[in-house]
Amino acid sequence: MIKTDILIIGAGPTGLFAVFEAGLLKLKCHLIDALAQPGGQCTEIYPKKPIYDIPAFPEVLAGDLVTNLMEQIKPFEPGFTLGERAETIEKQDDGSFIVTTNRGTQHHAPIVAIAGGLGSFEPRKPPLENIAKFEDKGVEYIIKNPEIYREKRIVIAGGGDSALDWAIYLANVAGEVVLVHRRNEFRGALDSVEKVAELKAQGRIQLITPAEVTALNGTDKLEGITIQKKDEDPINHPCDHFIPLFGLAPKLGPIANWGLEIEKNAIVVNNSLDYQTNIPGIYAIGDVNTYPGKLKLILCGFHEATLMCQSAYQRINPGKKNVLKYTTVSGISGFDGSKKEAPKAVVKSIN
Amino acid sequence: MSDVTIKITDREGEVHKVQAPTDMAMNLMEVCKAYELPVEGTCGGMAMCASCQCYVLSDHELPEMSIDEDMMLAEAFYVKDNSRLGCQIPITEELEGLEVELAPES
Repeated sequence: MIKTDILIIGAGPTGLFAVFEAGLLKLKCHLIDALAQPGGQCTEIYPKKPIYDIPAFPEVLAGDLVTNLMEQIKPFEPGFTLGERAETIEKQDDGSFIVTTNRGTQHHAPIVAIAGGLGSFEPRKPPLENIAKFEDKGVEYIIKNPEIYREKRIVIAGGGDSALDWAIYLANVAGEVVLVHRRNEFRGALDSVEKVAELKAQGRIQLITPAEVTALNGTDKLEGITIQKKDEDPINHPCDHFIPLFGLAPKLGPIANWGLEIEKNAIVVNNSLDYQTNIPGIYAIGDVNTYPGKLKLILCGFHEATLMCQSAYQRINPGKKNVLKYTTVSGISGFDGSKKEAPKAVVKSIN
Repeated sequence: MSDVTIKITDREGEVHKVQAPTDMAMNLMEVCKAYELPVEGTCGGMAMCASCQCYVLSDHELPEMSIDEDMMLAEAFYVKDNSRLGCQIPITEELEGLEVELAPES
């Protein structure tokens, strides 16, 4: 069981900055995120895009913002449970919480701060009628073990980097690789696009474009798919696996069933005083919450994280006075023993 | 300052007649969000997520589609010939009377 002071769900900018503010108050944090790396949307969707509305940064790449936040919170030694989705929450008799992930990892903390953005990122599933029936019976949205495709007939759909990269990889593993995309053009790294062209010329990848998969066929498991090429009759293509790779989209997911008040796909917080939810001890900060006047901006998430930490401190240390620390005065004392502070001016006689 | 009126049909078929300013450098996705219509705008308006996909119902002349928008729509679902990404449509005076319908969530 992982134990911490503040359990943060979501390792995007807001969740990461909460570690810093908590650290100033000597509170330890642990973060859970469904993605394999910290940064949330900034890392997953637009790491190379500039952001212009972070105070004192006229321009910063989303990926660099995350790198900087990770550096800023390093002295406070946050723990991470990555690639796992927070699934259930149980309130204990002493008012603390146990949060369990989809992989069964348990976390115990007196405070839970949900900084889940728009939700956890999950594969986008094409709207094919019977797709749910074939999930794990020939349809996979994520490639976990490429070996299951050895000598099999594979169809990949999509036009981005992951579709290209997996087509290239599986060309050496599978018996047959077909790549279906709605355009003749692909959007990906030049290397990948060129490699796919080369493998196509060698007959190791079959490209069907501009085309779309319109139906899945089979009884107990997937036996084939219907491919509709533009302005042509649909064809039935026998295959063992269909892998749609259309990127990820955020879904609020299991958090919606935690007994929290939800409005417009966001968690209602009682006020803009401490961002506590209808369940005392559970806070919601950043894009995941809503209250009158709410703005979904990174800078607002930072502010909310800061006020949340003050309230969390009060809950953990009842009766203690509010603590406001100016880092300019006291510097930063990390849990790792590091100390950052301003260089002291000297008083020394010269003459 | 001048506003244009835009008719937006939401995913339940309800029509919302909204006023959008032409002098605030806004796009259609931002207008939808301002009126709390169910558009996520996950990528913040960079044509990278298609959560603001809409169908253009009126015959207004819209800015030409960029490569990025075209490629994103190539990977979106429920795409029709009149699909556009709201984030790629700046609000201008020419859009007076524009009618759009939000594409299903995906």
